[in-house]
Amino acid sequence: MGIELKCFATLAKFLPENWDDYPVEPGETIRSLIRRLGMPEESVTLMFVNSVRVDLDAEIKEGDRVGLFPPVGGG
Amino acid sequence: MPRILRINCRTQEYSFEEVGRYANLGGRALTSRIINKEVPATCHPLSAENKLVFAAGLLGGSTAANSGRISVGTKSPLTGGIKESNSGGLFAHKLPKMDLIAIVLEDKPAKEAPFFTLFVTEDKVEFKEAGDIVGMDNYPAHDKLLAEYGDKMVAAMIGSAGETLRKTATVQFTDPYKRPARSAGRGGTGAVMGSKRIKAIILDPAVNNKVGAVDADAFKTARSTWVDILKGHPVTSEGLPGFGTAVLVNVINEAGALPTKNFRYGQCEHAADISGEKLAETIEARHGKVSEGCHTGCIIQCSQQYNDADGNYLTSGFEYETIWAFGANAMIKSLDDIAALDRICDEKGMDTIEIGNTVAVAMDGGIIPWGDGKAAIELIRKVGTGDPLGMIIGNGVVAAGDAFGVDRLPVVKRQSMPAYDPRAVKGVGVTYATTAMGADHTAGYGVTANVLGVGGTVDGHKKEGNVELSKNLQVATAAIDSMGFCLFVAFAVLDAENGVQTMADLVQTYTGNTFTVDDLIALGANAMKDEQEFNEHAGFSKVDDRLPRFMEIEPLPPHNVTWDFDEEEVQGAKV
Repeated sequence: MGIELKCFATLAKFLPENWDDYPVEPGETIRSLIRRLGMPEESVTLMFVNSVRVDLDAEIKEGDRVGLFPPVGGG
Repeated sequence: MPRILRINCRTQEYSFEEVGRYANLGGRALTSRIINKEVPATCHPLSAENKLVFAAGLLGGSTAANSGRISVGTKSPLTGGIKESNSGGLFAHKLPKMDLIAIVLEDKPAKEAPFFTLFVTEDKVEFKEAGDIVGMDNYPAHDKLLAEYGDKMVAAMIGSAGETLRKTATVQFTDPYKRPARSAGRGGTGAVMGSKRIKAIILDPAVNNKVGAVDADAFKTARSTWVDILKGHPVTSEGLPGFGTAVLVNVINEAGALPTKNFRYGQCEHAADISGEKLAETIEARHGKVSEGCHTGCIIQCSQQYNDADGNYLTSGFEYETIWAFGANAMIKSLDDIAALDRICDEKGMDTIEIGNTVAVAMDGGIIPWGDGKAAIELIRKVGTGDPLGMIIGNGVVAAGDAFGVDRLPVVKRQSMPAYDPRAVKGVGVTYATTAMGADHTAGYGVTANVLGVGGTVDGHKKEGNVELSKNLQVATAAIDSMGFCLFVAFAVLDAENGVQTMADLVQTYTGNTFTVDDLIALGANAMKDEQEFNEHAGFSKVDDRLPRFMEIEPLPPHNVTWDFDEEEVQGAKV
């Protein structure tokens, strides 16, 4: 079992086909995940793991729900 | 020197006055000062003693980017407290070109009096019987006004909700595309206009005096720095123009703070169907417009034009708040149904936040099924008619809760909450609790630091730092609203070292009056003081700074957080 991965707004183009069961490696972090997906690191500013906001060094494990966003605002 | 135009709606007399004691005020600071000084706080909002003030900001008429917002101030029929409702459109930048900073509607005629339109021209106001546009939807009525006054006409108008004095009634403004699609949405300002029997205010297209900065060269420099700041921030230069405000649907859902099914859950299963991404994709497929501005000089361009399945224009200014209210909170899955609801709200002149929440309460009360978009459309079409159900819906969440026996009412000071559950975004929750406006996200948008990582980071699930965050944002916001800026400039300003200074420089060079960063802060703080003082005189106390009890005892999934501030703890967010 992998993670449930979601990439939003301008990051949607990086979403892999197997997003709903994306494999993670031991010691995987948001930073390493972003690198594997080919996203420029500075393009990702909001990261959620299981609906909690985290930073680049947060670890990811199997079964997690991960959401990645570029800078966004509204209201 | 801009003047204040006062119009007596009973005697039809008017006067153009020097600003006098209201010098150096604009926008919200001006509307709130006038209401606080001139309207008895205990009066009935629909009585002759209430006033309705339209004010341009201090930068009204200027070429500074994103400075053309209008403030509409009054005693709110919805909350019973003071109200400043803010809108885009062309009205604010036009006023200074008529040597005006504000228009004040005073007094009211007998109830049997006909509705009038006010034609404001050079040093003169004409009262004209509104005739057959009374009872008409806003778009066709606005078309008739364009035909009569020319297509450069700029109007502020009410629809049938305002004519029938509903508490959700808006004032609608002419946008840059000749549509009445911009709303002073919250608090029932349209009902006050209706009580004064004014259908529309028309600003004469023929009067277009030249307005320039007093210190033109320095203004130009500040203006260019200002553009760099807005263009240099990814939220104002990429996120908002690319996806509109609805880009937030997925973010707030992911954060577990998207109020769903009348504030029962923090996540919505069909969020992807109503997201900004889906909206942009649908608009593109139907050859609508993904990005447009709501007023002249806007360089953020967060608005859009949404076409129906046949490619015909359906609505614009289709905001996150609207999509959330009908889509997540009332569980409607079809963007087309939600767009139709948005259009009906604009046609009748109704606040989409209050009406969306009211539809959710009607669903909670078993009046229509959850998520039934077609039933919601039929329901809100009744507003503005003689149908008693329409009268109830048109009066908002509290009225609907009373009528339908629903005890779950997400309101503060009788105004319903916007699209962020305060249990999971406590920074904005403190604002809902303490602002004089009632539950209002725009009064101090703590979502920035709580969720979006703009202007620092403060944990939205914990108490720490959120009272201070809310207070700082409330003061800054009141200043932004008083200068005439669009609130979204704050995303860039919060992350730019020279942001606040540049705003102050723009005001100083445009007006020619000394205006420092300290003056800017004082402008915002003093507006809040006027508002708090008015509410105290109207009978509000800190007991009114509570959120609904259910939010204290019902944990919000998925984070299972509750609202755990008491009213004493949040007082620090006031000035």
